[in-house]
Amino acid sequence: MMRHGAGSDWSVRKAGAGSTGASEAAGPRRVRRSRDSAHRCPLSEGSEHSSERTHSNSPGRQPAPHPSARTRPRFPGGSIMDATVAEYIRRTVLKMPKDEIKMMLQKWGFLSEAQLQTLNFHQIKDNISHEVVQLCEENSADIKQAAALDIIYNHIYQNKRMWSVYQMKKSGEEDEYFDIADFKKKFKRRIRSALKNVTITFKEYEDNAIWIRVAWGTPYKKPNQYKPSYVVYHSQTPYIFISASMLKSNLPLLCQALIVASNYHDIREMELRSHSLNSLKDIVFKRYSQNFETYTPKPLQGGNVEPENADIRIIHENGREKERIHRLNQEAFGSGPQPQLEFAQYKLETMFKSGPKMDVLDKKEPFRCLVKFSSPHLLESLKSLAPAGMADAPLSPLLTCIPHKARNYFKIREKKKSFVSP
Amino acid sequence: MSVLRPFDKLPMLNSCALLLVGSDEAIQQKLAEAMLREKRSFNISIHLATSLPLPSERDHLRPRIDMVVFMIDIKSKYSLKNVETSLAYVDASFFLGKVCFLVTGVGRVNACSIETNAVCKLAEAYCSPVLFCELELEGIRAATAQRLLRMLQICAGHIPGVSALSFVSLMRNSNVD
Repeated sequence: MMRHGAGSDWSVRKAGAGSTGASEAAGPRRVRRSRDSAHRCPLSEGSEHSSERTHSNSPGRQPAPHPSARTRPRFPGGSIMDATVAEYIRRTVLKMPKDEIKMMLQKWGFLSEAQLQTLNFHQIKDNISHEVVQLCEENSADIKQAAALDIIYNHIYQNKRMWSVYQMKKSGEEDEYFDIADFKKKFKRRIRSALKNVTITFKEYEDNAIWIRVAWGTPYKKPNQYKPSYVVYHSQTPYIFISASMLKSNLPLLCQALIVASNYHDIREMELRSHSLNSLKDIVFKRYSQNFETYTPKPLQGGNVEPENADIRIIHENGREKERIHRLNQEAFGSGPQPQLEFAQYKLETMFKSGPKMDVLDKKEPFRCLVKFSSPHLLESLKSLAPAGMADAPLSPLLTCIPHKARNYFKIREKKKSFVSP
Repeated sequence: MSVLRPFDKLPMLNSCALLLVGSDEAIQQKLAEAMLREKRSFNISIHLATSLPLPSERDHLRPRIDMVVFMIDIKSKYSLKNVETSLAYVDASFFLGKVCFLVTGVGRVNACSIETNAVCKLAEAYCSPVLFCELELEGIRAATAQRLLRMLQICAGHIPGVSALSFVSLMRNSNVD
């Protein structure tokens, strides 16, 4: 069935390429731009793109491939790589830092060692990317391999993305044995039953993390490979880490597919977001150093030893106070390194209180306050506030509860208690 | 004995004691080290405190304090509040030239949280001079250390003919009267 129509995001006219049954079917003629008939792809090429069912030829919003893509010689008798796949691979290679390209291509494993030897990694990145694309052509890469390369890049540079945490709930059954193949099958089936135009790629890593990359399309458009969503799932835990693309409308479908595939019955978004995926894992898996109640309330001696070369003419009068602050800090934050968060946000849904003279403000509610703390490493900076003399110790529990409550978005409502989080 | 009094103890021979009160200990330490590096002919002990009152258990070990310097970080409202609450624990007779306000961090103009007006009003209310400095620069740190040392010598009475009361001349604004 040949689809043609509005809003496709293929920017390259491929003469009959990939349309199932195109060369035989009497489809409408398309005006070709400067392409000659030698670029006509064999019919069989279309069915190899297993993850895409429909193709269309009108220009769309995806970036145009490099001009050289159209004029590169084709290998006679060999399969021809899709120009958009070529462009996507090229752009993924361009994203990588020059001294890491070789390592990532080796991890990818799609190009043989012999092929990698032929690459010159000392030229400018633009040329390296062209050479890589040419080698991929020889091996006829398709979108699956391109997606795998993208996952490798994003796994190494995971901290460039913003991750949100979701928690799944079981309905109380026992944990069954987790079958990865079953998970993948159910996931793909659930997504494809709602949306045909998707590219789904899986990769498993040693720490039991399953990475899923989903590129979304619409019923009429091919998947947009440049804005995929990433999901990280540790199969023995109920937590899912999602780095959503701009297309938020696909989030419900993604969540549904995840619950179905992993045999849970509900999923909810936790109010926890950060760029550092490992820190999010540390928080929800409780891998950071927490403070446990010790039997002896007094701190162990030896923590605050003055350095031997301290000048005896400088006398620190508030040694006890320093110790108290240090102890309170240890109680609040623990002694190890803190998970890395970039911000904490408090939305105040309390009434704005003003002086008695400004009774206009009492009647209406002109302000709603949002307090946001940002830092390259929020928890460490909170921990160092009191020792640096910038705040009283102990710090407000609103700040110190962040890792324990596994959240950095709070809503503060009017209540008799000090604060309430939903 | 929580209030600091200037003349409740006997002085030691050829010695001075300085008390720095401020919320940022690290910068106090740096300033104290800069002062100790200067050449001088007398013994000195520098006491660092984050706030007053000083803990009473060390009282018998402490010498007579000759000068108190309140350090305010212009980037931190907290430090100003800290100094304001500590001022209550200083006896009124200290404010006859033996107290000085030191405002630090003035090099970072875009991070100011305290208005210099507020500090100047505070200093006026307590009849004490204000010095502005940027202690993160080594040159200015050394210069400030030298100034404070000189003031400390005068406050301790080591300079014949000059007493701490003459510091009131530091406060006279040439534009006024």
